[in-house]
Amino acid sequence: MTVCAPEIPASGIVNVSNLIKQFGRFAALRGVDAEFAGGQFHVILGDNGAGKTTLLRALAGLANPTRGTISILGKKPQDACREVGYMAHPSLLYDEMSGLENLRYFARLYGIDGDSRCEQVIRWVRLDPQLQRPVGQYSQGMRQRMSLARAILHDPKILLLDEPFSNVDVHSAREIVGLLKDMRDAGKTIFVVTHQASLLEGVADEFVWMQAGQIVDRTSRLAADGARAEIQ
Amino acid sequence: MNSLRSITLATLTKDIRLEWRSRDALNSMLFFSLLVVVIFSFSFDPNAEESREIAGGLIWVAFLFAAVVALNQTWARELRNQVLDAYRVSPAPANALFIAKALGNFILVSVLEAVMAPLFMIFYNLRAVGPAWQLIPVAILGTWALVVNGTFFAAMSLRTRSREIMLPLLLFPISIPAVQSMVEATRIILSGDGSARFWIVLLLTYDVVFTTACLALFETILQAE
Repeated sequence: MTVCAPEIPASGIVNVSNLIKQFGRFAALRGVDAEFAGGQFHVILGDNGAGKTTLLRALAGLANPTRGTISILGKKPQDACREVGYMAHPSLLYDEMSGLENLRYFARLYGIDGDSRCEQVIRWVRLDPQLQRPVGQYSQGMRQRMSLARAILHDPKILLLDEPFSNVDVHSAREIVGLLKDMRDAGKTIFVVTHQASLLEGVADEFVWMQAGQIVDRTSRLAADGARAEIQ
Repeated sequence: MNSLRSITLATLTKDIRLEWRSRDALNSMLFFSLLVVVIFSFSFDPNAEESREIAGGLIWVAFLFAAVVALNQTWARELRNQVLDAYRVSPAPANALFIAKALGNFILVSVLEAVMAPLFMIFYNLRAVGPAWQLIPVAILGTWALVVNGTFFAAMSLRTRSREIMLPLLLFPISIPAVQSMVEATRIILSGDGSARFWIVLLLTYDVVFTTACLALFETILQAE
């Protein structure tokens, strides 16, 4: 796959300042302050309810901040949508359509005509573009890879991936990790929310630890037991 | 403008393809309105004159209730696997989605009307005494009035827990002027009792006002959490 090298400074590609997100009286994010460097692989970790998914949705422009600001390449998330690819926990695909039909539709939303780009990304995630089976009949691993193909369809500079390895066997998970590593090596900035951090040891550049809606630590590697290690 | 047109077309094609494969909405609407027509025909035994007086009301109420089935289905499909989020994170204009959904519903309800209207005519032994061609603008404008508001309110009630109940609660009161215009115009055309012009113009005005309002507000609805 051809990947364009980002024409952006390596540091501060994503800036989050005093980000607070409340759902009614519950604060999912409680004053997140962070600057994320470009061209790096950031893994966001934390217990359930720590605010990982909310942070990712805020970066994608799907959750409006209650307070605070987010800047992606110097723009608001909604204005940077062409530069951001988002893969959620659900597949964001129509179960009744084939992989190619799905991507053909989403490509049109980004002004991409023709099938060549769709076929290219489907091959890149190691699936067959000619597969006629509807996505609803795919295995979980195939669905996750097709979901990744949808997220990278418009060749974004930043990828936001929520639980890309959930319900996926180890072999498929390692394949997805390999694909993500290739993308990072091609200059993309990658954010992954996961509970399976050990899969990304040696691949990720940074582990971001969240707790109770705040970033509590940022480390460059995991400890042997998968817990927090050295502080950067 | 080009992107609005091409995304509207892509979304409409995708929706028609999905509906053609499942036929969820179409089958439910057809059976529902068929039941209404049959049950009403057994409940009343009107002569031809009385039929002409009440037929407008019966047929439009049947279509209104049947349309609600399609309107709920339209957005339910976008909620599965949270596909709507994929649209929200894209640069595609919100109104392209709205127009495509409204057009898709318009096509579905029009198909329903095309199938059910002849059956209704047979069951109630109807024929138009007034200018029958005027039924065409009444059907087009009336159907658009139902689907444009229906599509909007179905999107609005998308994230509510009991959206099947919410949609009629929101849609029916606001549709009263349109339904009254459709019923009166149909009654006048069938009975030949005066001119339906006033009601057709009222229906057209209603369509223009509500289409404009829905287009102006849809982005807010789509981006609401």
